[in-house]
Formats: sequence, structure tokens, C-alpha cells
Amino acid sequence: MSVARQAGEPLIFELGAPGRQARSQWPQRPERTGDTADLAAALREDVPALPAVSELQVVRHYTRLSQRNFSIDTHFYPLGSCTMKYNPRAANALAQLPGFAELHPLAPASSMQGLLQTLFELQELLAAVTGMAAVSLTPMAGAQGEFAGMAMIRAYHQARGDTERVEVLVPDAAHGTNPATAVMCGYRVREIPTGADGDVDLAALAAALGPQTAAIMLTNPSTLGVFERQIERIARLVHEAGGLLYYDGANLNAILGKVRPGDMGFDVLHLNLHKTFSTPHGGGGPGAGAVGVAERLRPFLPVPHVIEAAAGYRLAGEDDLPASIGRLSTFMGNTGVLLRAYIYARLLGREGMGRVADYATLNANYLLARLQEVGFQPALPRRRATHEFLLTLSALHKQTGATATDFAKGLLDFGIHAPTIYFPLLVPECLLIEPTETEDRQTLDGFIEAMQALLALAQSDLARLQAAPEQLPVRRLDEVRAARTLDLRHRPLPADPTTEDDA
Amino acid sequence: MSEMPASLRYARTHEWARQDEDGAVTVGITDHAQEALGDVVFVELPTVGAQVAAADPCATVESVKAASDIYAPLAGEVVEVNEALGDAPERLNESPYGEGWIFRLQPNDTAELERLLDAEGYRASLAD
Repeated sequence: MSVARQAGEPLIFELGAPGRQARSQWPQRPERTGDTADLAAALREDVPALPAVSELQVVRHYTRLSQRNFSIDTHFYPLGSCTMKYNPRAANALAQLPGFAELHPLAPASSMQGLLQTLFELQELLAAVTGMAAVSLTPMAGAQGEFAGMAMIRAYHQARGDTERVEVLVPDAAHGTNPATAVMCGYRVREIPTGADGDVDLAALAAALGPQTAAIMLTNPSTLGVFERQIERIARLVHEAGGLLYYDGANLNAILGKVRPGDMGFDVLHLNLHKTFSTPHGGGGPGAGAVGVAERLRPFLPVPHVIEAAAGYRLAGEDDLPASIGRLSTFMGNTGVLLRAYIYARLLGREGMGRVADYATLNANYLLARLQEVGFQPALPRRRATHEFLLTLSALHKQTGATATDFAKGLLDFGIHAPTIYFPLLVPECLLIEPTETEDRQTLDGFIEAMQALLALAQSDLARLQAAPEQLPVRRLDEVRAARTLDLRHRPLPADPTTEDDA
Repeated sequence: MSEMPASLRYARTHEWARQDEDGAVTVGITDHAQEALGDVVFVELPTVGAQVAAADPCATVESVKAASDIYAPLAGEVVEVNEALGDAPERLNESPYGEGWIFRLQPNDTAELERLLDAEGYRASLAD
């Protein structure tokens, strides 16, 4: 039985009746022109199995489904490392001004000076707030930004004839995308351990560095929710070995307007504008993974990006930057997302950016302190939290059998999106909690009460906790069965021996 | 406490190794490892005939929590893989030292086996 049916909402295919349709939504049918005789064999004879529903049925079906979502507009969403903060409506409204929204991407630069100026100012603004020399907005997601960053590091070493650098160092607390990016860019990955206090193990780092080191990839604050205190020593060691420093901007929210990655010694970074600069995201997109570089990497920036010339602003392409790593989006990244990030940044201003970091950090430390009071264990008890923090349920798990999954599911019954669980991998039964600066004290207190209630339930009635969620249309799913026995089709495959079984 | 038979050798990275009568070495993951990973849903096996060095990642185990590399405990040639894990990855949870074995290696140097941990050594490494 499919999830949708368990939830009391039929599939769209089960709604409607034969022949029902929404005529106003029909695509325009072109006149038949030319000789199509030789296409006869390719013509489709049977009608595609589309749902036969009215416009109102479609509207109600998808509206009902959307009302079951957990979203930042409806629920507290403390998903660690994802920075799910409020997306201000003002950014939405201004990005939809006709002067932006109705531009054709192939319009000449002279007729889109306003848009180009906006994007140019965003490049400058991001360079200033991160301490980098130049920024390209072209990557369309964090992962593409990472790819661009590592590709620039590779191009830099190659341009110098420094071809023996084949290894990238990645701490064991890194986002999984970091080692994946290094491998995509042709590097071998070497893992660097983290010490008990959450800082990189400097002795292990020093031992791993050498003429084979191309770069180190770091997130600061790290995914353990603590600031890397030895960053200047790390930067010196890596630079002395001839390597570069890559900054993963996923956790920039904690230090925005306070400390700049460029000042810490980083050479390349990507920013998740959809996190720190508050554009709508989730469910895989749309993202914006702007990249910033120090002066010596500027020639390798991906195109297109906006440059200022005598005749006004225009898009720089391959001709302007012969050493560029190449074109990563046809036009100007996810322009709609970039505009929202720009407006958000201008709404905050320089001082507002510092307040983002202040309140993101204050909220996280308030939660951490109060959750400890009610009986939860921090993973790094001697460290202050940054914008997020890690709890471990390891002791509770040994004592009662309750797991991080049980807490994640239980929180749903309180109308709270689950935090990140089982990440980073080096901390057992962990919850990575990031409240963001968006939330007020009542919401944070509500979260603490919910966590306290779940803790009591774990100790008094584990079976009930293990059955959570109770209140949602879909109860606890069998993740193991779902992964082992994929069931992705509405109807079983027709019994046609020539059809491959792809279900 | 998880099980760790005294007859096997262990790597710090949670693989076990056992030399069989034909000289080849069978490799799997420990009871402790399968417990920490949780329910296994997919195992990516190495290719038969592949040469692997000690500590090379050569297989991947995916559970509902995470995907983890499996490292070769010693150097050699992969001579057999446990195809049955394709349809029944749960064997890795149910029988990590038996039906849940992952691959067999023809070692380049059998003496390398002696350099792995014994059960007591592995138990001590878990306490670190």
C-alpha cells in the first residue's frame, strides 16, 4: 500500500473519471504542416495513461498534500547544518518586479543594466563580507559551488606546473559532499581526525601534509557546531606545504559580519546563499552556490559573471577569462535566487549581518544550556556552541534503547521538523540542532518542553515513543523495507516479456 | 557486548579476516560494526580479479544511517565475492561472521595476517 493511500489521500490517478478534463489547461496544438508521412511509424497509437481530472480536483489534491508539509512558514525547523531560516516576503516581492521577472535571458546587456548592476553589487557585497578578492555567482547549488572551488584549486596548481599535488585533506567531521567533490575533481582524499574537543588534530594534519597536498577542505564552524580555534595555525601549516585552503560556507551563519574566511587564511570558498542569505530552499532546490577567491585564483573564476566596463555592466565569458574553469550555467546562475539573496543582504545592511550571527549563536547556546538542564548530554561538553550544537543520546540509548530516530519522529507529533540525526558520523546517536536567528523565545521554550516530554516517554513508555509519530497522516515507516524493496510504480508492470523490469 | 570470535583476526577499521584451508582469506565486518551501522540495505562488492593493497577501500556497506567504506585488511587479489548479499544484504546483520562474509582474497603475503589484531586487541581498540 502506498504512503499516499495510507494517509487517506488517493493518488491523482485514482481521482476523476474517464473523459474528465481541464480544457483551459490544454496545451496549444500546432497546425499540422509539412510532410509527416515518414514519421508514421513513430506516431503513438495508444493514449498516454494520464489522470483524467478536473481543474478543481487537481487544485484540491495538491493543496491538501501541501498542507501536510513541514515548512519554515508553518513549523519550527531546527535542521542542523541546513540553516532553515525565515524567507522574508519583501525579498520575494522585490525579486518579482517586472523589470527583473520579465527580462529575456538573451536580451542585450544594454537593456538589462539594472539586473546586471544588482548582481554586480551582490558579487562585491559577498566578497566584502567574506574577505575574498572576487566572487562569481554562477554555480547553481552548493555542490556545484564546491565543484567550482576545487576545480579552481586544480587549475591553479596546474597553471604553475605543480602537477604532483594529488591529495586533498578532509577532516572526519566534514560534510559528505567535501570528499565527494575532491574525488570528482580527480583528487585522492585523506581523512584527518578530530580531537576530543572538536578541533582538527594538528599533529595528524602536520604528518599528512607534504608535496602531494593540493588543499584542505574545512567548514568553520565545523559540523560539530564548534569554532575551529586553531584555524590560523592550520592555514600556516597548509600554506607552508604549498597547499590551498577551501572554505565550505555551509555554516557561515554563525560568523556572518563577525569573522571573515579570507582573514582566516582561506583561498577559495563557496557560499550557500539559500542558507545564510535566506532564499527559499528544501527538497533539493533551488540553490545558489556563489564562489569567492583570493587574488591569485581570480583568473580561474567560472563564467558567466558580471564585470563593469566603460559601456556599463556586462556578462564576462570565456573570451574575457581564458584561464577560467569554464561555464557552469548558461545565463547567470539561478538569477531569481540571487536577487532574493541580494535584497535580504541589503535589508540587513552591514550591522544587521552581525546581528544574524549574534542571535543565531545566542539561540543555539540558550537551547543547549536549557536542554542540558533537563537532562540531555552535549557531544562536546567543554565547548560553547556556535549557531548549532550536537547532542548525543548514547547514554540514554544504552540505558533504555531509545534512539535518535525515535526523538526525531516524536518531535513531529509536537509540530516540529526533526533536527538532523546521525550526522556527523563520528558521534553516536546524535542530534544536530540549529534554531537560527529567526526563532523567538516562546518557540525555543516549546522545543525544550517537547524534548523534555520525549525524554520522559523514553524512560516510562519506550514502546509508545518507538511508535511515534501518532498524530500525523503517516505513522512510522519501515525504512529498511522501503530501501530493500523499492516500490515506485502506481500500477504493476504489464505482463510483457519484452519489457525490462525496472521497478 | 558484541561478539568477536577468538579464531579470527581484526582490523581497527572493523573488518575481520580468516584464512581458509585453500590459503585464501575471507573478509567481513565485525558484529560491533554491523550493530553500529544498523540495518544494512545495500552492499557494493569488489570485482573478482582486482588487486587491492592493505587499507584500500574496496567495498561499500550502506545502512539506513550511513554508507561506509570497507577496507582490505591485507594486500592481495579478490578471488570471490558474496553475490548472495545482492538480494539479501540483511545477512550482514544476521550473521556477520558466517553468511554475511563480503569477499575472499588471495593474500600476497600471508604473514600480513599476523600483523592484524587478535580478538583481545580488537576489543581493546573499541575501548579507546
